[in-house]
Amino acid sequence: MTTVDLPTTEGAHHDEAPSHPATSTGLTNEKVAMWAFLGSECLLFGGLISTYLLYKGQSEPGTIRPHDIFDIPYTSVSSFVLLMSSLTMVLALSAIQKGNHRALRVWLLTTALLGGSFVAGQCYEFTVFVREGLNLRTNLFGSSFYIMTGFHGAHVTIGVLMLLSLWSLSVKGRLPSEKAEVVELIGLYWHFVDIVWIVIFTLVYLIP
Amino acid sequence: MAIVTQPAPSAPSSPGTPGATPTRPAGVTRLLRRPTGDVKGLWGWFTTVDHKKIGVLYGVTAMIFFLIGGIEALLLRVQLGSPNNTFLSADAYNQIFTMHGTTMIFLVIMPLSAGLANYLLPIMIGARDVAFPRLNAFGYWVFIVGGLFMYSSFFLGGAPNGGWFGYAPLTRNMPGHNIDYWIFGLQILGIASLTGAVNLIVTVINMRAPGMSLMRMPIFVWMSLVAQFLLLFAIPVITVALFLLSFDRLFSTNFFNADAGADPLLWQHLFWLFGHPEVYILILPAMGIVSEVLPVFSRKPLFGYQVMVFSGIAIGFMGWGVWAHHMFATGLGPVALSAFSASTMFIAVPTGVKIFNWISTLWKGKIRLKTPLLFAVGFVTMFTIGGLSGVTHAVVPSDTQQTDTYYIVAHFHYVLFGGSIFGLFAGLYYWYPKLTGRLLSDRIGKLHFWLTLLGFNLTFAPFHILGLQGMPRRIYTYPTGRGWDVWNFVATIGSFLIALSVLVFIYNLWVSRKGPYVGDDPWDARTLEWTIPSPPPEYNFKVVPVVTARDDFWHRKYTEDEHGRAVLREPAPPALAQAPPDGAAEGVGGTTDVAVVDGGEHGDGDHGHDEHGDEHEEHVHIHLPSPSYWPLFSAIGLAVVAYGMIYKFWIVAVLGGIWILGGVYSWGLEPATEPEPPAEHGDNGAAIEPDDSPSDQLEPVGQA
Repeated sequence: MTTVDLPTTEGAHHDEAPSHPATSTGLTNEKVAMWAFLGSECLLFGGLISTYLLYKGQSEPGTIRPHDIFDIPYTSVSSFVLLMSSLTMVLALSAIQKGNHRALRVWLLTTALLGGSFVAGQCYEFTVFVREGLNLRTNLFGSSFYIMTGFHGAHVTIGVLMLLSLWSLSVKGRLPSEKAEVVELIGLYWHFVDIVWIVIFTLVYLIP
Repeated sequence: MAIVTQPAPSAPSSPGTPGATPTRPAGVTRLLRRPTGDVKGLWGWFTTVDHKKIGVLYGVTAMIFFLIGGIEALLLRVQLGSPNNTFLSADAYNQIFTMHGTTMIFLVIMPLSAGLANYLLPIMIGARDVAFPRLNAFGYWVFIVGGLFMYSSFFLGGAPNGGWFGYAPLTRNMPGHNIDYWIFGLQILGIASLTGAVNLIVTVINMRAPGMSLMRMPIFVWMSLVAQFLLLFAIPVITVALFLLSFDRLFSTNFFNADAGADPLLWQHLFWLFGHPEVYILILPAMGIVSEVLPVFSRKPLFGYQVMVFSGIAIGFMGWGVWAHHMFATGLGPVALSAFSASTMFIAVPTGVKIFNWISTLWKGKIRLKTPLLFAVGFVTMFTIGGLSGVTHAVVPSDTQQTDTYYIVAHFHYVLFGGSIFGLFAGLYYWYPKLTGRLLSDRIGKLHFWLTLLGFNLTFAPFHILGLQGMPRRIYTYPTGRGWDVWNFVATIGSFLIALSVLVFIYNLWVSRKGPYVGDDPWDARTLEWTIPSPPPEYNFKVVPVVTARDDFWHRKYTEDEHGRAVLREPAPPALAQAPPDGAAEGVGGTTDVAVVDGGEHGDGDHGHDEHGDEHEEHVHIHLPSPSYWPLFSAIGLAVVAYGMIYKFWIVAVLGGIWILGGVYSWGLEPATEPEPPAEHGDNGAAIEPDDSPSDQLEPVGQA
């Protein structure tokens, strides 16, 4: 649901006039809005993660439990991939701030590629789990696990879409250095999604 | 940023000289446009991004839903007016009471508050529009799409029938699509509230006029800000709950499936974690309105402004710690019961502080008994009654007795009708002259007030007795001989009196539409919105004001004599109040002089000038954001997705998603203020500028 209006927030970044008026806080409206939106997102993931934790271990006896099927090494690798994408995101921002648009495009694509690999890895993980007999309806664990991680995956996917949009804008020359803040804002979103994954990975996968 | 105040690229002596432009950033040529008037006709309302028009749209739509919700209430009261009645079937009753509650909360009180906030917040803080005008329009269109979507259920197999709280596991297993309409309708409305909240929060935090520090903001701005923060954090919680429920219903997940070991209280926790802040979302703006009205009509500053602000913030925080008092009868265990009982009693403290401050504001004031004041006093008294019965719910043993009886129904109608609706009516009467330049008839307004007060108490006071006599909520009929007959009949009479009072209000709107023009400041008021013409021009302020005090406008009009009494400043009679008297804006001379067409020498006072090097002789042009139909377009896509999901036409849902995506991309790529610097090359976005066509028809409005 909430994911739907993400790109609209993104869209708002393009509203920026070449020289926007001074604001009361000194931050641009877009940045304040993004922080507010991410605050709201915290409660969204908070609700989903709480639901998962509440239902952890409450599944009917005899059905699949989390640590029957988790493949920690595999998920560690995909988590590492996602974390690295935060690094490349920072490099992308640094590139546009320095006016290096070629590097910007490279790092944007790299970030999108890493994010895409994470999503692909998640799809693969889901497929394996389904083959092992865990689907949405199997038990409480199945329902809450798929919805929570799926919700996160949807956020990553939207992030990838936004990164690719930025890349194509840059290719067309519509992302001049004055608009570096757009990259920064999408970066904020991207880092947020990464941080949520750190929380999920720790709480869901690592803690038995 | 959408509103651009920029010096004209060329000196006024040579307007339109193209030679000046190449040195400027691309696109500035078109900033020459003067402040523009309305896009003409109906289409103008569909594409508008003007916060005032959107505010009016919110208000009008909410009033229509108010009538619908009121008719539903009358149907309920007719059914309950006599025992063993067969006027409505049980099924029809369930649908109507569900829709009555959902309508009044999500489609009446919230959008009425949103409408007033939309209209007034930017003006009250001295801004020319909200931070994101198109997002603002999007919020409105999503709201109306959500409302119409939910109401379409009446024609498509039956309306939601699970109560406004939609308790799962019950709603998980109810047949038909009724509940699905409720789920997806609320999801859509949630998006509207969330975008509105982000927008208004950013507007208030970031777009205040110079000198408008936080503690100088009008209290209505403060209370609305707190309510928007509550929305920001409460909406995602219900989004999660609704999302889980919709997956349970569509894909048979197990979140609320008690057979699979699901926690039957999960829904209640999630719902009330949203639901209780929601209560304050409904009441805080009304509290803000009353805090604006009382000082103006007592001709005194608000008593204890800071305390009012902080108690509002305290209510906002504590509102998150009381949700389980909706669940006292569910067996939470003694520790939880004690904790939530204590926190619920404690939240009455900041509320009580507010009530005493309102009384103290009236105390020894020069009271003018106009309709807005009557409604405001009605708010204070009725809300106090509702608050007191609320405190009785905090007492667990008492609440266990009252849970799910009409006593609860009495309580929340006293706070939501006696509170929110009375407050909103006070606001409507108070700000109507700002919207239109004309007063609503005070005589008919007083009739409206007294009829409302009488009808309201006749309807809802008996509910207390009925509840204590044990009449349960949500029953469609009852047997005779339990002592409930008389009070139910009285309540039904009262409900028709309320209906009559609403008709009186509509009659008042009708007869007052051609009243005499009353000028900019008919109430001799205190806040910035009264310094600008009524109705306000599209750009609100010709020159953004510099604020030097709380209740700035009052201090521009009045000073104190040696006895501390307010006396009119000599050079500035209220009629000419636009021109601030000398000394009102110390040190900045005539910066706030709105009458100055040419922002000229005082450009430094102009919010929006961040280029310090601006030459002083330049005209200041206010460039307003262009209309756009992408917000409307994108909003409609949400309904397409929802229909596709409900009926499991996945193709439709996917197409709706693509529709939204297309709308959002077109929106993102179109410039907010129409000329976007197209960089050096490749302006593919030009293809997506059909919104420019309406804007090209804009009539330049002379500033004179």
